[in-house]
Amino acid sequence: MALEKQRFDTLILGAGGAGLNAALQLANANLKVAVVSKVFPTRSHTVAAQGGVNAALANVLPDNWHWHMFDTVKGSDYLGDQDAIEYMCREAIPTVYELEHSGVPFSRLDNGKIYQRAFGGQSQNFGGDQAARTCAAADRTGHAILHTLYQQNIRAKTHFFDEYFAVDLIQDQEGIILGALVLDIATGEPLLIEAKTTLLATGGCGQVFRTTSNAHINTGDGKAMILRAGLPLMDMEFFQFHPTGIAGKGMLITEGVRGEGGYLINKDGERFMEKYAPNAKDLASRDVVARSIVTEVREGRGCGPEADHVMLKVNHLDEAVIAKRLPGIRESSKIFAGVDPVKDPIPVFPTAHYVMGGIPTDRFGRVMPTSDDDGDHLPGLYAAGECACASVHGANRLGGNSLLDILVFGRLAGKSIIDYVRDNPSHRPLDEANVEWAMGRLGRWDNKGDGITVSDLRKEFRKTMEDHAGVFRVEEMMREGVEKVRAIREKLADVRLTDHSSTFNTNRTEALELENMIDVGLSIATSALHRKESRGAHSRPDYPKRDDAEWMKHTLYWQEGDKLDYKGVRSQPLTVESFPPKERVY
Amino acid sequence: MKFSVYRYNPETDNEPYMQAFEVEARQGMMLRDALMAIQEQDESFTFRHSCGEGVCGSDGVNVNGSNKLACITPLSELKETVEVRPFPGRPVIRDLVVDMSQFYAQYKQVDPWLIRKEPLPEQEILQSPEERDKLDGLYECIMCGCCSTACPSFWWNPDKFLGPQALLSACRFLADSRDQASEERLNSLEGPYKLFRCHTIMNCVEACPKGLNPTKAIGHIKEIMLKDAI
Ligand SMILES: Cc1cc2nc3c(=O)[nH]c(=O)nc-3n(C[C@H](O)[C@H](O)[C@H](O)COP(=O)(O)OP(=O)(O)OC[C@H]3O[C@@H](n4cnc5c(N)ncnc54)[C@H](O)[C@@H]3O)c2cc1C
Ligand code: SF4
Ligand code: SF4
Ligand code: FES
Repeated sequence: MALEKQRFDTLILGAGGAGLNAALQLANANLKVAVVSKVFPTRSHTVAAQGGVNAALANVLPDNWHWHMFDTVKGSDYLGDQDAIEYMCREAIPTVYELEHSGVPFSRLDNGKIYQRAFGGQSQNFGGDQAARTCAAADRTGHAILHTLYQQNIRAKTHFFDEYFAVDLIQDQEGIILGALVLDIATGEPLLIEAKTTLLATGGCGQVFRTTSNAHINTGDGKAMILRAGLPLMDMEFFQFHPTGIAGKGMLITEGVRGEGGYLINKDGERFMEKYAPNAKDLASRDVVARSIVTEVREGRGCGPEADHVMLKVNHLDEAVIAKRLPGIRESSKIFAGVDPVKDPIPVFPTAHYVMGGIPTDRFGRVMPTSDDDGDHLPGLYAAGECACASVHGANRLGGNSLLDILVFGRLAGKSIIDYVRDNPSHRPLDEANVEWAMGRLGRWDNKGDGITVSDLRKEFRKTMEDHAGVFRVEEMMREGVEKVRAIREKLADVRLTDHSSTFNTNRTEALELENMIDVGLSIATSALHRKESRGAHSRPDYPKRDDAEWMKHTLYWQEGDKLDYKGVRSQPLTVESFPPKERVY
Repeated sequence: MKFSVYRYNPETDNEPYMQAFEVEARQGMMLRDALMAIQEQDESFTFRHSCGEGVCGSDGVNVNGSNKLACITPLSELKETVEVRPFPGRPVIRDLVVDMSQFYAQYKQVDPWLIRKEPLPEQEILQSPEERDKLDGLYECIMCGCCSTACPSFWWNPDKFLGPQALLSACRFLADSRDQASEERLNSLEGPYKLFRCHTIMNCVEACPKGLNPTKAIGHIKEIMLKDAI
């Protein structure tokens, strides 16, 4: 049967905050846009974001974008690109106002302005007193933003392909991306979407770890598609473990809880963050707090019968504050931890949360295919959101900066695409051989017979990643991890499905996702093994210091031959002076 | 723990049937965990799910006769044998997966986006905390469909009655001090069906996993209409 084809000006893969904010720009400019999402748009994981989005509005405490920029550069442990960071922090302010105008139900202050709360790593005056920069809609900010963006896209009549699974990018001989092969999940029918420009906005990959705050769908599909297209991923060793996941389960308890005055205690009731970060205490940067918790537990001061977690104390706060500012957290704690935070502390432990690394882009969302410092972008291909790496988070992301990143760069990618399509109005000819290759990858899952199950290999893989690429990393353990993940990649060939029907076959989509996770997992493990220093979230007891002379550079990983290369950090901002690397204390 | 699960694959089954499964129930386990365990036993078993924490709205199912989100329904609260079926009244695509397109279409009918007529300010549109409080209980909807698929009026007149979710959304914009299209919104809800087919049977309130109250929202819209009429 002939493969069905459809043509659009732009193909957007992903309907989270990044994809929807890009789509909105494009639909408003009357471009023909297709938005593909493997789940109904409002089910994308942006919906789960709790705490809020950063912008120096100065509604609660004095603030300006330059201080926000300083905190972000410092938070990144000086691996972030300062031109992109400056751009993001400046754009934060109009971006949040635009969201508010679109309908986001932000919480309010008495004077009618948007409510802002304190989050970790925020300061006034370049490292001074705590700032309050995170704009919040109670503790459901992501939900409020995603639903609003979806609503605005309905108004703009964006064309959605809901519950379509993107399998692979299609490229021509020159490496130009011509669209993607997607699968209608409900019918199992493949569809080729040809587009003049393609934007990847497929989100994160937290599912590569066993314990995670990320949804079942966060399997790094876009990142893996990039690898298979022969393009690199950048800084994949930097994976954020959020300090406060519900112990043993992984669901997130937002940093906003500490922003509202909650704090961590160990089994002796000691407020231990005072030892590790005397100034910022519980609102130190996430990597710092996560390591402190793991250290407390390793040194025998953990709570519970297994002494394997610490406690987040909130019950000293007014019940009215909890009800108003943290209603969702109260609900989740009751359901998943069996405690009402108004009465008892919440058992917490770090959980795999956010990937700083991703598809390398410049600050216009254009994909950068080489390690050449002055290299050019790949025409027509864009990436934004958690699947991309601009790089604004460097080695460690600050809370509230990811919603900001997806919105700012989603919007900007939309604008860059409008310009590109204006200058390049025609489609390029399709490369049939490449289409065959992608169809072949899909067809491989029709093989029948005995083999390993998807869920068995997935369990083995996620456990391996957790054991070998977690919060603390040493040489031997990581070397072994890389070997094991390689072996798991080999085993993939022996995986067989038992379900071969066409209609809504989740067995098949989960197999495709597993393949993606393994590809991405190997990029994390390999990049981590080779970075011989500690920086941000990448913490090596065998190389405990940051080494700017040798390692202030971005890692690039290519799948072919598991090759690595490096690229300079862009330390020159757009209009202000560069923030030179300093020791990072909180 | 014993389960009886609705199965239907249009490619192989002439009719739906119930299949028995047994799952080892552990402390703190949710229904979604059990469904995933069932899927491990039989890879062909199909259901939607994602976030695992009650925010994405993917995994609404009918359990022992009530609509619930599987991921926040503790097994400890369920009577054995646990009967799991797809949402009632919706066309089944496969097993627990139903076609929700009508539900989404109804949502779109209420123009669910903020409408401003005045020029926008440079900064935020001001809203007092009291005005903002009016959105609580309305904006949190996750579009899971537990309510609408439990509503008898929705089953009988799905093409004419908007159903509790869409009406709750309509109310969310009517209640927003920033919105400037109340009149148009109210006009579009006039007539015997769209709004007025609600007979306050309250199934929707009971079903909502987020503790929202569509019946109250519907009552509120009726009240505004009445006031406007006088
Ligand atoms: C629990 C939690 C709380 C958080 N809280 C905050 C916070 O308070 N503040 C903050 O700044 N950040 C927060 N974050 C981080 C932030 O929410 C995410 O980084 C961000 O929402 C990612 O947005 P995105 O648009 O890149 O991707 P997503 O929202 O994950 O969307 C990805 C999209 O891609 C689609 N997709 C993926 N693969 C495929 C495929 N193969 N085919 C078709 N479609 C595909 C999906 O369907 C989805 O539509 C939080 C994260 C988590 C997990
Ligand atoms: S109260 Fe109205 S909307 Fe709710 S279930 Fe009853 S008839 Fe339906
Ligand atoms: S009102 Fe409640 S039950 Fe209905 S769709 Fe919204 S969250 Fe679900
Ligand atoms: S899986 Fe998201 S609501 Fe249950």
